Amino acid sequence: MAAVQDGPKELDAEKETKPEILSDGTSNLLGNTASGTLSSSPLTAAPAGGATKMEDQQTLIAVLQFLKRNKLSESVEILRREAGLGEHQEDSQATDGSGGGKGDGDGGDANSLLSRVSITSAAAPQSMPVKKDQPDVSVVLSAYSQQGDPSLYQVYYSGLKNFIESVLDCHRAELSQLFYPLFVHMYLELVYNNHETKAKAFFDKFSGDQECYYQDDLRILCSLTKKEHLKGNEVLLDFRTSRFVLRISRDSYQLLKRHLQERHNNQIWNIIQEHLYIDIFDGMPRSKSQIDSMSGSLAGEARREVNKAKVFYGLLKEPEIEVPLDDEDDEAENEEGKPKKKKTKKDSLGSKSKKQDPNAPQQNRIPLPELKDSDKLDKIMYMKESTKRIRLGPENLPSICFYTFLNAFQGLTAVDFTDDSSLLAGGFADSTVRVWSVTPKKLRKVKSTAELNVIDKESDDVLERIMDEKTASESKILHGHSGPVYGVSFSPDRNYLLSSSEDGTVRLWSLQTFTCLVGYKGHNYPVWDTQFSPFGYYFVSGGHDRVARLWAMDHYQPLRIFAGHLADVTCTRFHPNSNYVATGSTDRTVRLWDVLNGNCVRILTGHKGPIHSLAFSPNGKFLASGSTDGRVLLWDIGHGLMIGELKGHTDTIYALKFSRDGEILASGSMDNTVRLWDSMKAFDEVETDDFTATTGHIHLPDNSQELLLGMYHSKSTPVTHLHFTRRNLLLAAGTYNSQ
Amino acid sequence: LDITNAKMTEREERRFAEVPRESIKLMAESTGVELSEEVATLLAEDVCYRLREATQNSSQFMRHAKRRKLSVEDFNRALRWSNTETVCGYGAQDALPFRPLKEGELFFVEDREINLVELALATNIPKGCAETMVRVHVSYLDGKGNLEPQGTVPTAVQSLSEDLLKYYQQITRAILGEDPHLMKVALLDLQSNSKIAALLPYFVYVISGVKSVSHDLDQLNRLLHMVKSLVQNPYLYLGSYVRSLVSSVMYCILEPLAASINPLNDHWTLRDYAALLLSHIFWTHGDLVSGLYHQILLSLQKVLSDPVRPLCSHYGAVVGLHALGWKAVERVLYPHLPAYWANLQAVLDDYSVSNAQVKADGHKVYGAILVAVERLLKMKALSLTLAAEGGCAGLPGTATGAVGFRENSLGLSPPPEPLSEPPLGIASHLQAGGAGCPWEEWTPVSLPAMYCELYSFFGDSLAVRFSTDPPLGGAPPSGSRQPLEGRKEPASGAPNLENTRKMPQLTASMNISPRQDGSPCMEPQPPSLAATVPGRSLARSSSSSSVSRSRSSSSRPGRSTSQSRDIFPKARFPLPQVGPPAFSFIIGGRQMGRRCQGRRFQTSFTPTPPLTTLPPRAYAHKLPVIGRVSKPVRRWTCSHYSLHLPL
Repeated sequence: MAAVQDGPKELDAEKETKPEILSDGTSNLLGNTASGTLSSSPLTAAPAGGATKMEDQQTLIAVLQFLKRNKLSESVEILRREAGLGEHQEDSQATDGSGGGKGDGDGGDANSLLSRVSITSAAAPQSMPVKKDQPDVSVVLSAYSQQGDPSLYQVYYSGLKNFIESVLDCHRAELSQLFYPLFVHMYLELVYNNHETKAKAFFDKFSGDQECYYQDDLRILCSLTKKEHLKGNEVLLDFRTSRFVLRISRDSYQLLKRHLQERHNNQIWNIIQEHLYIDIFDGMPRSKSQIDSMSGSLAGEARREVNKAKVFYGLLKEPEIEVPLDDEDDEAENEEGKPKKKKTKKDSLGSKSKKQDPNAPQQNRIPLPELKDSDKLDKIMYMKESTKRIRLGPENLPSICFYTFLNAFQGLTAVDFTDDSSLLAGGFADSTVRVWSVTPKKLRKVKSTAELNVIDKESDDVLERIMDEKTASESKILHGHSGPVYGVSFSPDRNYLLSSSEDGTVRLWSLQTFTCLVGYKGHNYPVWDTQFSPFGYYFVSGGHDRVARLWAMDHYQPLRIFAGHLADVTCTRFHPNSNYVATGSTDRTVRLWDVLNGNCVRILTGHKGPIHSLAFSPNGKFLASGSTDGRVLLWDIGHGLMIGELKGHTDTIYALKFSRDGEILASGSMDNTVRLWDSMKAFDEVETDDFTATTGHIHLPDNSQELLLGMYHSKSTPVTHLHFTRRNLLLAAGTYNSQ
Repeated sequence: LDITNAKMTEREERRFAEVPRESIKLMAESTGVELSEEVATLLAEDVCYRLREATQNSSQFMRHAKRRKLSVEDFNRALRWSNTETVCGYGAQDALPFRPLKEGELFFVEDREINLVELALATNIPKGCAETMVRVHVSYLDGKGNLEPQGTVPTAVQSLSEDLLKYYQQITRAILGEDPHLMKVALLDLQSNSKIAALLPYFVYVISGVKSVSHDLDQLNRLLHMVKSLVQNPYLYLGSYVRSLVSSVMYCILEPLAASINPLNDHWTLRDYAALLLSHIFWTHGDLVSGLYHQILLSLQKVLSDPVRPLCSHYGAVVGLHALGWKAVERVLYPHLPAYWANLQAVLDDYSVSNAQVKADGHKVYGAILVAVERLLKMKALSLTLAAEGGCAGLPGTATGAVGFRENSLGLSPPPEPLSEPPLGIASHLQAGGAGCPWEEWTPVSLPAMYCELYSFFGDSLAVRFSTDPPLGGAPPSGSRQPLEGRKEPASGAPNLENTRKMPQLTASMNISPRQDGSPCMEPQPPSLAATVPGRSLARSSSSSSVSRSRSSSSRPGRSTSQSRDIFPKARFPLPQVGPPAFSFIIGGRQMGRRCQGRRFQTSFTPTPPLTTLPPRAYAHKLPVIGRVSKPVRRWTCSHYSLHLPL
């Protein structure tokens, strides 16, 4: 085998020198001619045609190879004759066949050895890949197994690299996007075909060229050296099956295409055809910073068309609240009780809601639960409180109250406040959920049924009578989960609490009886987050199984499954109008899903790390997302555009919250700080003109420092949750970390 | 080629944990499998990969738990979700340090063997986890706050100077260590060092650890010695820390220590010592602890009146009261005695083998009570003589009295000046505290009445000692002579030995009793008797002690002794007749259960005119015979009149 390897290597060296010279020449040529020649040609057709032709040929070669391997030499001859395959292919096939065959033999030996020794994988490893790969036989045949000479991979790659480095600056940035996906696919192909040493050499040579934000992926990649490893690694399976999306201007694409065609660089061309999706746009090529701000996700950028769907981001009309209730409200406020004043007040309250927002969805687009009397009372309370709300702004920052969890040896994993800030729930790593009353009002259970039977149901204070005074306490512990509780969420009416846990369930707890009512099973894997809809009844959960699920409280099965993320769904948030759900994922994208039909209506890329926090602005127009890289990104939902980047945090951002009027964004992080950002300014400064809106190219002003209004340190207490009270007091929560 | 490849791999990938081929082979050999080089190489690579994969997966659990540190638990979760067996035994929160082995180039995690016994008996038992709680504070008002981190979290020991810290460590180590000589030196220094005021809170904290070492008498002793040294140090102002010290001492006195489970442990001495210490604190730091006095009396009383408490606790309460002075004994123990006596008697009368240990404890309590009441009598007599000698001669008199007391007292009760300070100070506390507390109204009992009542309990074991006390003869008022003489007479026949006290003594005392008619007593007794029978039958099912308890409270069946307060006043009726003070033993009787011995009791009423020094009440509930072996007397079982039986 050493001899076989040595031969091609020398050949490689010769070949390597040639393409370099050639590429220099052609690239210049191409650069000059590209714009002239290609502008007229039907652009979508050209690459497609080429692709089908190539694909056919590749398939044929693959079949040939297959036949050869099975010693069906006659068939090989016939097929070759009929297909009329060229000499060079045959040659390459020949060398390939010998090398590959031997490699396969080795691999087979290794496999059998492994299967003999390994006890843990009871199923024979050899049978497993066959089974697993059977559904996508075509992928196997036409993709990874139809390799060129493994030793030529380096030549191919460095050829392309040289080409890209030599093109004009304006194109270089765009074409550089190709490096990472090509690199990964070529490496995986090498690994897949058992060229371990070559794969390693390839990795060592080119991994340094990749963008720094791919480091995490590269680390995983480099540990993969065997075909057997590939099949267990879901992340890379996804990478293989999904297409990496690149956004390239037409000019740059033509440059690339011409280069590849002239060089007959089929290997790379095939990868581009098979595994990449190039989203071509007309106009100026993007700059490096523009590209960098959008890239970084596991599957590349979002295609433009996926973000074209109309999103009704407006708020729903506020329900009108009956006069009698309003009466009480007014009487409580001022005892004069003038009817005129009542009306004016009602108008002022209802002014916002009466005017139908053109961007709002239809009121009944999603069936929403009807308001109960208690909900109406709560709405009135809300309105009362909001009249006393402090108007925040850069000059008027909120006060911060910190709720420190002490003695949380078992590890605080999730926190939530009720909207009226009366209750506080904590999820812990020891599987418990604890609920605290933040107000002096203690938590009480409802009496037992026997005791309830004795109660006079006609009495006015029946609601008070049903409560068992003996059970009054400041906090209650809810037992039921069998793994750490990663998400908790109060229902808007404060009667229920949701918790999601590592045990794969979401549990619904009653805050009247402090017992578990339902365990929603469906995820089967850890559920990382859950949240109630702002109107109650619905809730969303997302977990390790890479889907988010929409549930209704009275259904034990999910109503919608939002599938599409390539990795764990780490956080889930409802849009204020309850028609959409945003999910953040480990694949470093944020997706927005339509609750009505389950479609993915936005894919937002740009984060360089797993996303751990999301927040909608109160007007529903904007979304903020925070990730492990310490950056907060701001998004315009209507246009699906990134409109801001807030840099400053030095660790994962676990909490994001807009103030009640949306003027201020608060972010809390593992770095023990709460930072306040001027979100109004951030939203105002980005003028989304038509051009930007259509192309999706954004120029982000680097103004994080100007937008940062304040940074507040805690005493070694990571901030796990943030909440604005109805009067705009900022509540933060976290557990004190003594180490 | 493969081998060279593998070697290359190893060299290249230093940034990852590597499991070398050799380790794989070793592991295989340990399970009895022989591996070829090739297989080992493949396996090693696979193991490395799986390790990395698991680590990658586990980091997700860390992130979602909002931690920075990857824990073993995270790793195990990742393993569990990939259907792999978890790693057990590495759940410790602390990092496991690698240790090098000098001989070979070997690094390993130190995995010490843990001595479970040592761990179980460790002196530093971890305190229970505090309740998880939420604390809220306004961190920043209107967004204004310093941008600097808000100070560091203060740790206590850091504020001390190096020298003090060292001193603290040395002293605590010496005191709690093994070397008795070192301990003595340390204690001496603690007693006299003038510069350790800053360390006082820490020492107090150390001492408050008594609760965690209740199984270790030796440590408890050492801690108590530490208390003593601190209390004796003239340079230390204990201030509010005295409360903490007192509570630690009280713990040693009263609590049923874990060490007392083993009868071989002499926790009695510890309690004695602690009681002595308590009195010491009170006499030397009376100004600081004045507010505590009443509180302590109450808690002692509570223990004493709680029949559920073990006898060692009762013992502690008695010696504690004793240590607090005779006034305390008179105030708390004496009125309690009738009720308590019944319980004690039940224990002492139970001759079953299983009761042997409890019985021995009971004797201890008995002895302690005896000592306490003897002193009470002596001191009371002394105070009376002093009072009689001259109203203002109090101070010199008390001094002599104290001296005299010291000479007479057993080693057990050495409190200095039991009379000089307390009569005023403590009595005032008593009255002050008594007003606000649910104490029964307390009126002093005259010495003779007291003596009679006590005698009815203790018989000669009391009298003998008393008779040796010279001032007694002159002290009691004339009224009490009669009974005294009556008792002394048989006492000469049966000197001093507790268990040799015989029925004749009883009859002798009884002989006096019928002098007055039993009419008053009949009122309370008959109804109670009627109720006694069912009460007894109910109680039979419970343990022998509780049986005897319920039985002994025959005058108020169905009630526990702790409620005796309600009952005694009933018997305390004002007697119309004005006559010479005399004793009248009205009822006596015998009560029995099927399983236990008969119980003899009698109730004495000493009707005294309210104007005399005698209190309106003198009531004894007597179960006189200690160590008596007798069968229950069956014929009385159902008798309704059995209570009214002249013996």
